[in-house]
Amino acid sequence: MKIKRWVAISAVVAAGAMVLAGCSAGASPTPTSTSSTAVITVNGSEPQNPLIPTNTNETGGGKITDNIFAGLVYYKADGSPVNDVAESIKTTDAQNYTIKIKPGLKFTNGEAVTAKSFVDAWQYGALFSNKQLNSYFFESIQGFSYDKDSPLTGLKVVDSTTFTVALVDKEADFPLRLGYTAFMPLPAVAFKDMTAFGASPIGNGPYKIKSPTAWQHNVKIDLVVNPAYTGPRKPKNGGLSIIFYATEDAAYAELQSGSLDVLDSVPNTDLANYTTDFPGRTVNQPAAIFQSFTIPSNLAHFTGAEGKLRRQAISMAVNRDQITKVIFQGTRTPATDFTSPVIAGYSKNLPGSGVLKYNPTEAKKAWAAADAISPWTGSFQIAYNADGGHQAWVDAVTNSIKNTLGIDSSGAPYPTFAQFRTVITNRTIKTAFRTGWQADYPALFNFLGPLYATKAGSNDGDYSSAAFDALLKQGQAQTDVASANKLFQKAQGVLLADLPVVPLWYSNVTGAYGKTVSNVKFGWNSVPIYTDISKG
Amino acid sequence: MPSNPPLSATHFVAPIDETPLLGVDTVSIAARKSNLYLDAWRDVRGRPLFYISGAIILLILVVALMPKLFTRIDPTYCNLDLSNGGPSAAHLLGSTFQGCDVYARIIFGAGTSLAVGFIVTALVTLVGVVVGAIAGFYGRWADAVLSRVGDIFFSIPYILAAVVIMSLFSSARNVWTISLAIGAFAWPSTARILRGQILSVKNADYVTSATALGVSPSKILLKHVLPNSIAPVIVITTIGLAAAIVAESTLSFLGVGLGSGTISWGNEISNAQGQLRTNPSSLIYPSIALSVTVLAFIMMGEVVRDALDPKARARR
Amino acid sequence: MVWYILRRLLQLIPVFFGATLLIYFMVFALPGDPIAALAGDRGLNPAVIAQLRAHYHLDQPFIIQYLIYLRGIFTGDLGTSFSGQPVSQILAATFPVTLRLTILAVIIESAAGILIGLVSGLRKGKLFDASALVVSLIMISIPIFVIAFVSQFIFGIKLAWAPPTVSEGAPWGDLILPAFVLATVSFAYIVRLTRASVIENLSEDFVRTATAKGLSRRRVIRVHILRNSMIPVVTYIGTDFGTLIVGATVTEGIFNVPGVGRTLYQAIIRGEAPTVVSFVTVMVIIYVVFNLLIDLLYGLLDPRIRYAK
Repeated sequence: MKIKRWVAISAVVAAGAMVLAGCSAGASPTPTSTSSTAVITVNGSEPQNPLIPTNTNETGGGKITDNIFAGLVYYKADGSPVNDVAESIKTTDAQNYTIKIKPGLKFTNGEAVTAKSFVDAWQYGALFSNKQLNSYFFESIQGFSYDKDSPLTGLKVVDSTTFTVALVDKEADFPLRLGYTAFMPLPAVAFKDMTAFGASPIGNGPYKIKSPTAWQHNVKIDLVVNPAYTGPRKPKNGGLSIIFYATEDAAYAELQSGSLDVLDSVPNTDLANYTTDFPGRTVNQPAAIFQSFTIPSNLAHFTGAEGKLRRQAISMAVNRDQITKVIFQGTRTPATDFTSPVIAGYSKNLPGSGVLKYNPTEAKKAWAAADAISPWTGSFQIAYNADGGHQAWVDAVTNSIKNTLGIDSSGAPYPTFAQFRTVITNRTIKTAFRTGWQADYPALFNFLGPLYATKAGSNDGDYSSAAFDALLKQGQAQTDVASANKLFQKAQGVLLADLPVVPLWYSNVTGAYGKTVSNVKFGWNSVPIYTDISKG
Repeated sequence: MPSNPPLSATHFVAPIDETPLLGVDTVSIAARKSNLYLDAWRDVRGRPLFYISGAIILLILVVALMPKLFTRIDPTYCNLDLSNGGPSAAHLLGSTFQGCDVYARIIFGAGTSLAVGFIVTALVTLVGVVVGAIAGFYGRWADAVLSRVGDIFFSIPYILAAVVIMSLFSSARNVWTISLAIGAFAWPSTARILRGQILSVKNADYVTSATALGVSPSKILLKHVLPNSIAPVIVITTIGLAAAIVAESTLSFLGVGLGSGTISWGNEISNAQGQLRTNPSSLIYPSIALSVTVLAFIMMGEVVRDALDPKARARR
Repeated sequence: MVWYILRRLLQLIPVFFGATLLIYFMVFALPGDPIAALAGDRGLNPAVIAQLRAHYHLDQPFIIQYLIYLRGIFTGDLGTSFSGQPVSQILAATFPVTLRLTILAVIIESAAGILIGLVSGLRKGKLFDASALVVSLIMISIPIFVIAFVSQFIFGIKLAWAPPTVSEGAPWGDLILPAFVLATVSFAYIVRLTRASVIENLSEDFVRTATAKGLSRRRVIRVHILRNSMIPVVTYIGTDFGTLIVGATVTEGIFNVPGVGRTLYQAIIRGEAPTVVSFVTVMVIIYVVFNLLIDLLYGLLDPRIRYAK
């Protein structure tokens, strides 16, 4: 083990020396030295859970699992799904799916990837007593239960390369989901000792972990190319070294010094400088992240007709254009709906979206009208978790509300995310609070159903609208995505009238990269497409 | 004795006015009273540094108590149109990232910051001196118990204390709760330093002679041991005042500070941290205000420490 | 002497129980359910939350949780973090890094602080003294995160004298910059404490005697003044050692040092009681042992201090 550590260290030293040599040689690196064996150094964060696909729900771990596993489909940069392990995914009624996988594929331990690898993995992930964080992904499959152990009866292995899925209801976007981490296959060895597997997973993806001890907690994880992978995501580099940073600022400093190749998130404090620090080597494009603040449906003064007026007034009192320009230096795109511009079906001009535009006169008018129903008392507060860098924009939003409506308005910080989430989950929170949603898979429904459907899992404001629920259900029953999206857009019209949450903006993906790497493109999920990056 | 016979009458040798040496042996009771603290006060009054630091402290106290005398700008009015704006006639020191007036926020922040500084310092010094004095002077089991309690308290990371205390009082975050968060676990440092100093002082000759004369232990501690070991405590207390004000800033940086609803120097510094490269002046001005305040208190501490040290006074 | 040391080590036992109980209680008292935060903004199914709570014994009353933890300690099991890593492993990985960082910082701050404090004290009221006051003052009035960001930007990026963050394995060279940043905080204390002590000792009888009997100024300073001025300074450095180990949260975060402060902060924020308690317990033990060493050092520095049996 000692020897291996030494090798790793000297490799880093060598990489550092290469960067230095590149710097001293002059501005332009020689194009001929591009090699497919160079390791790309990228930023990451310590995974918060073991590396089991059905238990990985945050970006730190997802960045690793998405690269060491290959699912039925993967997503291109624009979010469109392309078959990876799957040969075909077929349905006639949007409820029963037949999935065929490519033959001859192998896990890195030599075990074959079969229909059973998928079915067993999904059964494991869905089983109640396995308490997997991603279990809710399987809720639409027949047999799923949230409160007792019950096998997914909707899954059937037909032969070694074919299985069928029967859903509880019609769901048009089911195939779109299959690229998400939760739907990855697992080798048989995983089920023998899941704890050991989670510390050193065996996958079938474009990369594999360098050695059983490659995950150095809180330091980094090394991935190397998996030679057995034959799918469409063949890496154009020699591997990934994912360095875990405690803060984005630290990663940014490393990128500036040249020891990091690709940074996928520029810290807020450097938004004013990053384009000059890395001229021509930055990325700033909309991503599938929607930011808002939720006004709980039972909050005093925010119910009934008065509430409707106040919600509109608050929304029109927020100067989204100015805040995204000044506070975020143009790295957020002002919201015009409840989804994201990178998702197929997004529309800029939904009827009723005028309420998302800054309009002080109309805002004051609506507020005064609400005061006529019942006079305003107290202060309008927006709660946030103080450990997530939200203070600047919350202050700017509340200042905007305060200056426009002439009411007292301020941020209400909670020290930890745990405390913040707990008061939201318990419904003990007595103020508005920040909410955000990053799509799991690129579909309009994923931005709507889980958040605003009556009693949905992430409906933190307890919004309920029969009209909205009906439109969603209708949309899900469609077999083609385009006609489903039309209905989802109509459903958003209901939201725009009720404003269960006040949409703010879409987070852009802001990245930067060093001089030695090229072809850095970001996927729809704001993670770089690492397999395409080359270095030299 | 109904009436005092004249002194000369009781002398059997030469009359008193004939022996000029008598002055050597008499105890002068008519001269001014000698008392450590009184002497210190007399000494302090003759030093220019006392007046300079005193004037600064007085000014800062006036600013803290009556900020409205110094500015008419509403410190809570922030407008993004003015974000990171430079100095102008309306905004003397420019504007912050959120577009608030830097000068007004410094003026209005003085009260909170000073309050945090004073409360923490008072808490830490009070507990630290009592515990340190008892542990060092009485020793034995008192020392063992108090020192180990100090160890427990000191080993608790202040960030844990801050998160716990600020979370428990999340609805009532004010200078008292944050002072408690900073001070509750900082006193063992003061206690240990005083204890160490007392250990070395309590074997001094003047303590031994006082004991021999039958002076009670508590009187020895208060009259002899404490004044002679207090110097390092004064030093760390004056710096500690600064450290407490700065700690408030660090807690804000970590997200467990007073929150943006409260104006304080620490909050201003923490908020300006992100603008280090684009608008450093919004960071520098509150830091200067903090430095000047701390300087005044350190100078004052210096004067007091000198005055309380009879040996140093004797040399002057 | 031996008895004294033994007795002090025996005191570790109540300190251990007191500290673990207090810290466990503090983590327990943290409002907010750590499990609720595991799923990000998404919100978990209540049934899954309940199961996870049971798994980490979070559904038990405080005293039971504490006893379960204690039982673990005595069977050599310190528990695991939410990411499934044994706490003992985390301890073994982080403490050596932080110890090295702390040792460097303490060396830097004591060397610079004592030297400058000594010269300041000897030249009280002169230009050097005044400049030392101003410099140490500036260091104390600027929060550490500002000092850290500025020095990272200047020395790490613009001048490239040191790597801006600590690389794998945390080699000594990489730790110098963060150590300097850490040292700035305590530097002012050490300067002022040394200076005050030196000034006080200058008028002591033993110094006058030493000068009177014709010792060289150098020797008077070294043997008589410096040695006798060290008690408060050494005490402070001792306590500071402890503060730096757990309190380097901000610096370790900015320089990405995989050490105790950063890990502990994460664990506190996430509410991982076993990790927090284990870390702090190790801290308490280090702390008690350190204070014992300092007390023994008193005897060396000042012959007047003697410890009873």
